[in-house]
Amino acid sequence: MTRFLALLLLLIAAPACAQAPSPYEKFASDNYSDIDAGVAGLAASGDPRAGDILAALSDGRLFYRPADKTLFIKQGPALSDARTGAPAPADDGLKLVRANTRIRRAIEAAQGQLNLASPNAGRRREAADAVFKARDVAALPALDAALARETDASVKRTLTEARAAVLLVKPGTSEGDRLSAIPPIQARGDGDAMGALRGLSADPSEAVRAAAAKGIAAIETKLALLNAAQNVWYGVSLGSVLLLAAIGLAITFGVMGVINMAHGEMVMLGAYTTFLVQELIRAKAPGLFGWSLAISIPCAFVVAGAVGVLIERFIIRFLYGRPLETLLATFGVSLALQQTVRSIFGPTNREVGAPAFMSGAFDLFGLSVTLGRMWIVAFSIAVFFGLMFVLRKTSFGLKTRAVTQNRRMAAAMGIRTPYVDAMTFGLGSGIAGIAGVALSQIDNVSPNLGQSYIIDSFLVVVFGGVGSLWGTLVAALTLGVANKLAEPYFGAVLAKIGMLVFIILFIQKRPRGLFALKGRAVES
Amino acid sequence: MARTRLIDPKGWIFLAALAAICVIVPLLNLGFPPGSALHLPTYLVSLFGKYLAFALLALALDLVWGFCGILSLGHGAFFALGGYAMGMYLMRQIGSRGVYGNPILPDFMVFLNYKDLPWYWLGFDHFAFAALMVLAVPGLLGFVFGWLAFRSRVTGVYLSIITQALTYALMLAFFRNDMGLGGNNGLTDFKDLLGFNVQAQGFRVSIFVATGVALAIGYLIARFMTVSAYGKILIAVRDAESRTRFLGYRPEHFKTLAFTISAMMAGVAGALYVPQVGIINPGEFAPTNSIEAVIWVAVGGRGTLVGAALGAVVVNYAKTVLTGVMPDAWLFALGALFVVVTLFLPRGIVGTAMEKFGGRRAAATLPPEPEIPPQLAEEGQGS
Repeated sequence: MTRFLALLLLLIAAPACAQAPSPYEKFASDNYSDIDAGVAGLAASGDPRAGDILAALSDGRLFYRPADKTLFIKQGPALSDARTGAPAPADDGLKLVRANTRIRRAIEAAQGQLNLASPNAGRRREAADAVFKARDVAALPALDAALARETDASVKRTLTEARAAVLLVKPGTSEGDRLSAIPPIQARGDGDAMGALRGLSADPSEAVRAAAAKGIAAIETKLALLNAAQNVWYGVSLGSVLLLAAIGLAITFGVMGVINMAHGEMVMLGAYTTFLVQELIRAKAPGLFGWSLAISIPCAFVVAGAVGVLIERFIIRFLYGRPLETLLATFGVSLALQQTVRSIFGPTNREVGAPAFMSGAFDLFGLSVTLGRMWIVAFSIAVFFGLMFVLRKTSFGLKTRAVTQNRRMAAAMGIRTPYVDAMTFGLGSGIAGIAGVALSQIDNVSPNLGQSYIIDSFLVVVFGGVGSLWGTLVAALTLGVANKLAEPYFGAVLAKIGMLVFIILFIQKRPRGLFALKGRAVES
Repeated sequence: MARTRLIDPKGWIFLAALAAICVIVPLLNLGFPPGSALHLPTYLVSLFGKYLAFALLALALDLVWGFCGILSLGHGAFFALGGYAMGMYLMRQIGSRGVYGNPILPDFMVFLNYKDLPWYWLGFDHFAFAALMVLAVPGLLGFVFGWLAFRSRVTGVYLSIITQALTYALMLAFFRNDMGLGGNNGLTDFKDLLGFNVQAQGFRVSIFVATGVALAIGYLIARFMTVSAYGKILIAVRDAESRTRFLGYRPEHFKTLAFTISAMMAGVAGALYVPQVGIINPGEFAPTNSIEAVIWVAVGGRGTLVGAALGAVVVNYAKTVLTGVMPDAWLFALGALFVVVTLFLPRGIVGTAMEKFGGRRAAATLPPEPEIPPQLAEEGQGS
């Protein structure tokens, strides 16, 4: 207990008299009590080097010079001044600062509390969070001190929550204090907060129990909402993946009417292009790795687009007007492409790295949002509107629409329809390649990558309405969100089966999809 | 048009060849001792039996694709369902000879802590019931699916895509352990069928002959359906659905019937396939398998029945040989086959032969070959 009193005193004293007798000198002693006091003092000082010194002490690498009580840390053969970190010349007269079990325990506690006094607000919040979760009564004095000192509002809130949680478990807290501790915990509103309040179910006071129960109910409502929001987010994320996979098909199948079973393989080619680009960057210019995906996007577009143009020129153009034959021929192409990639790269998964900006996650009002997924959502929306722009606002898009709406009249107006066909097919394939760049981040890059998307892609396009880009967008997001909302109740596989059955039945009702084209063109 | 004979010359050739195979293969296997130069190993008998089962599946597919223009990319589902019905019977026949020795529950159920047999397993200990289910389950699914789809006039590509979704959904469902059908391991370790040991040489030969007979019967049924007045309308539906409807027929009725019978034939094919390969698992539902079956029909000749059976045997024989010699080359070959056949041999082997040697009458029943220049694509047929 003395330790904590000392700590408390020091913590309170620290800001007031920054020039007080330095805790470092306490270490230059054979007396464990002195060393203990030194640890406590160091913990309270918030010195950025305190962590290193404590670690050295714990490992038996901390020495002192009896003459002037200077502290040194030994790192291998090298010696450095503990307070400044500057290298120091070797010295034979050094004595080891000893540590026993009691000291080690003090070090552990101090390391936790050091963070409470860290100059870095993030570190302080983490430390306060750790205290909240552990509900360690011993940390109360440090918390009080930190609270008194804290200026950052969000850290202060976390500290208050931690303090409230500790008060709830501390024996002998008065009823009034217990009652006033509940609101901050309720405001925190996560699973840990619920745990803290659940601990009150056996509280002797009726009022406290009632307040805790109310708090739990409030948190439960909030968590249920959050959970739903989280599922919607997962759904949007899945929907964006579906959109990426399907949007190229919306061009080749939706606009041109070509059943391109090799569409999935275009996605796969895009993913393998990403792999190749990354390998090249790793070998030649590692500094560019952060840009690898940005570089891969045009490469993937060109590779997949070129393959698409080749397929159109050599196979599909002979099969216009025979969709079922196209289906079979392109399925043959997809088998050959898969086997080609398998022969070159092997059947195993290839590792595609994530650049730094795509790894990690952040917290949005309690929703955890992974950066990778967020970028993919943003990317798929960008691709969607980019494609929209190309089709609506460029001369090429105008020609494409003209050719698909009335080929003969377009030809009569001087449009080279075979050229437009090839380029449109190339565009759809290239977009699939771009999708492959994004999907390489979340899926296994293997020769079978495309197969897992092809059925979904077709269903999305058909569900949305063939020929309607907006329909594809709506269909992808609807299916993604519905799937993820159903998953908690039925499990992933049943949710997926349910989605397939739903689409099969939906097509019976609306054979032309959600956003069907109207008019005579449909009947041709 | 004069009445078409039930069995035309190519039909006689087909049936004669089938009969010859059903005599020669058993003879070579049973009549000569192992080691003799003329002996046919039992594993080859089963392999050929497998080809015949595939031929029956191709025949079923040709009935709907060749004669009413329904390109089903989900016929593997009916095949697998028939196979599962047979597999369930075979599982029940194991009785207490399983690893866990449970007289009622198959091994995987004991392993998954089932207490009782699920209700849908009841009755599968009787062969007659299982045989009925082999027909009824695929038939019912085909009927319901076809009735829904054709009534809503879902045609062409849309139909192909939803048949593919159907088999995909079934594959996912059968992969689940909770389905009570063995999960991804499927059903295997069969012991006997109607009291005969499924591993025995005599059984292997018998089931081979049974498959051959089933193929012949399937051919006759399909042939009967397509040359009858019903078949004429079926062909009319294939070539001009709207016009047939305006003439007062109900295309959906004709299509649903054909689809249902085709599904039942595929189910029988699956049921005959399972005892010969000794396993049925959800992989049989994979959409790729169904598409592969389509290429058998395309290679042999769509709308010729005999061609479909021939195509199945030829392509599968090539698969066996190629995967043995150069495993990597098989997918290239299959992919090339898809492209070459659709581009250069749109009528398949038998269809091309009929066109060359069979005269105008024979060619008239074949699906029309669209000769549309690409510039006029959007005026082309809808399917």
